Amino acid sequence: MTETPNPVAFTPERLAKVKEIIARYPEGRQKSALLPVLHVAQEQWGWVSSEVMDHVAELLSIEPVEVYEVATFYTMYHLDAVGKHVIEYCRTGPCCLMGGEEIYDYLKQKLGIQAGQTTPDGLFTLKEVECLAACGWGPVFQIREKFYMNLTRERVDEIIEELSK
Amino acid sequence: MAKKILTEHINVPGIETFEVYRKQGGYTAVEKAIKTMTPEEVVEEAKKSGIRGRGGAGFPMGMKWGFLAKPEGVPRYLVCNADESEPGTFKDHHLMKCIPHLLIEGMIVSSFALGANKSFIYVRGELMYVIRILEKAIEEAKANGFLGKNILGSGYDLELVVQPGGGAYICGEETALLESLEGKRGNPRNKPPFPAVKGLYQSPTVVNNVESISNMPWVINNGGDAYAAIGIGRSTGTKLISASGHIQKPGVYEIELGVSVDEFLNSDEYCGGIRKGHHLKALVAGGSSVPILPAHLITKTAAGEDRLMSYESLSDGGFATGTMLGSGGFIVFDETACIVRNTWNFSRFYHHESCGQCSPCREGTGWMEKVLHRIEHGHGSMHDIDLLVDVAKKIEGNTICPLGDAAAWPVASAIRHFRDEFEWHITNPHEASQPGAVFMGAVLA
Repeated sequence: MTETPNPVAFTPERLAKVKEIIARYPEGRQKSALLPVLHVAQEQWGWVSSEVMDHVAELLSIEPVEVYEVATFYTMYHLDAVGKHVIEYCRTGPCCLMGGEEIYDYLKQKLGIQAGQTTPDGLFTLKEVECLAACGWGPVFQIREKFYMNLTRERVDEIIEELSK
Repeated sequence: MAKKILTEHINVPGIETFEVYRKQGGYTAVEKAIKTMTPEEVVEEAKKSGIRGRGGAGFPMGMKWGFLAKPEGVPRYLVCNADESEPGTFKDHHLMKCIPHLLIEGMIVSSFALGANKSFIYVRGELMYVIRILEKAIEEAKANGFLGKNILGSGYDLELVVQPGGGAYICGEETALLESLEGKRGNPRNKPPFPAVKGLYQSPTVVNNVESISNMPWVINNGGDAYAAIGIGRSTGTKLISASGHIQKPGVYEIELGVSVDEFLNSDEYCGGIRKGHHLKALVAGGSSVPILPAHLITKTAAGEDRLMSYESLSDGGFATGTMLGSGGFIVFDETACIVRNTWNFSRFYHHESCGQCSPCREGTGWMEKVLHRIEHGHGSMHDIDLLVDVAKKIEGNTICPLGDAAAWPVASAIRHFRDEFEWHITNPHEASQPGAVFMGAVLA
């Protein structure tokens, strides 16, 4: 697990990215950069701690509370430390029709954890999410930017094995 | 083969690159619009096309463009709604991933029409890989002179920004999307003022869906009248349908509006029929929020006419016996599906996604979820069924944005058409709460 260091600092590449994002918006509208910048922060630290949120507020010249209220509203931002791979499992109707609930039970059993928990080795965190807009290819879960679709027990075994290496 | 406007070239190898897209006739609409047309003429073609918003509401796009206020010295914005999150809907995901330049080209001609010099594509954050595909396409278009300063030497400047969301269904509601784009929580705004007058940064703004905008290159190349000649009645053009559930061939299909539901569901060109050995029980035709229909009202209307895939035919009979085309999220249920469980699932979704601003929605969605949970798990009472109807009725129409309606309709319609299934759960709690238990009465009848 990645802990946020104190003081918090973006890598030079990511800081350049943050500055490029801020420059996308009209003068004085830099707050628009908040969601994309939080994504960049999460890319670096795996989650967004209150120290990271404070740092983002400073970079965008906004109040820390403006960052807190946003980070807690949108479900993609992890507010606690997470494992190396965050499995975001779709639990919505169309995926369930394709056997999503059964595969989900299998996955939980295989990892030995429930939603919101991380495996003791720190490899996997399980999160339940709502519809991922991939209903025709369900059941579906997502790990970072990658979609894993048409899941079966065998496919789940392969994925977990591959990511455990 | 039916007419293809959006997906004609979608399977051409390399179509995601500028070079291949251009070879297939891409960006000719930008050349035509910017070099030979005025912005007003482009708006006129959109109006003539009769195209209706493809995100779900079905409001005529040209008319929406016509509402845009044009005060002197104030910037105007075009924002593309790519926050596709309605359960059962995955067409925009597919389109942007496979043929990103189509949306970029549509954004350029539409921005030109509206006089916008900076436009945004707001993509749900989960689709970060699609965001990267779009950003690459934008870079290519810029390198070839179709974006940036002085496009094709015309003096027209346009910058496109791709904005990721953060995982919130509510941001598909256009004013919540604008709040989110301003870096705030996705709380829908009170209307009026409408975005056409005060939208992004309090400036005049148009928000259009991915599919709507992606039709514009064809409309410019072929004319609005040619577009209006496709389809049926006021349902002009083609529509992308996301087909999922218990069918032979789930996927995204482009249909000419007006094809029959029977053909769409059963022909090999589209869904290929219900999966082998099973039969149709119910259908959600336009994304999770539209009323669910039982088997006997799907391919025929209550009056016995063929049901067509069009705005008008799907809503024939109102909510009593009809539904809506919505976003085109076509979810098919066979006899193994439990309607109570599915309704509970959808209710949980809306409860999870309610922004919490309006009490009827914030409290009501959670209430419905709880009641449905107890019915599904064998702890319901007969009174609960009427309670659900009552709560749904009190949410509907009493909220700032349509999420409240979207949460109420699936519950009200499930009870309207499958009341016996709810009653069975209550009178047979032990049996009904077993995993995979399904009421078979409707099938036998």
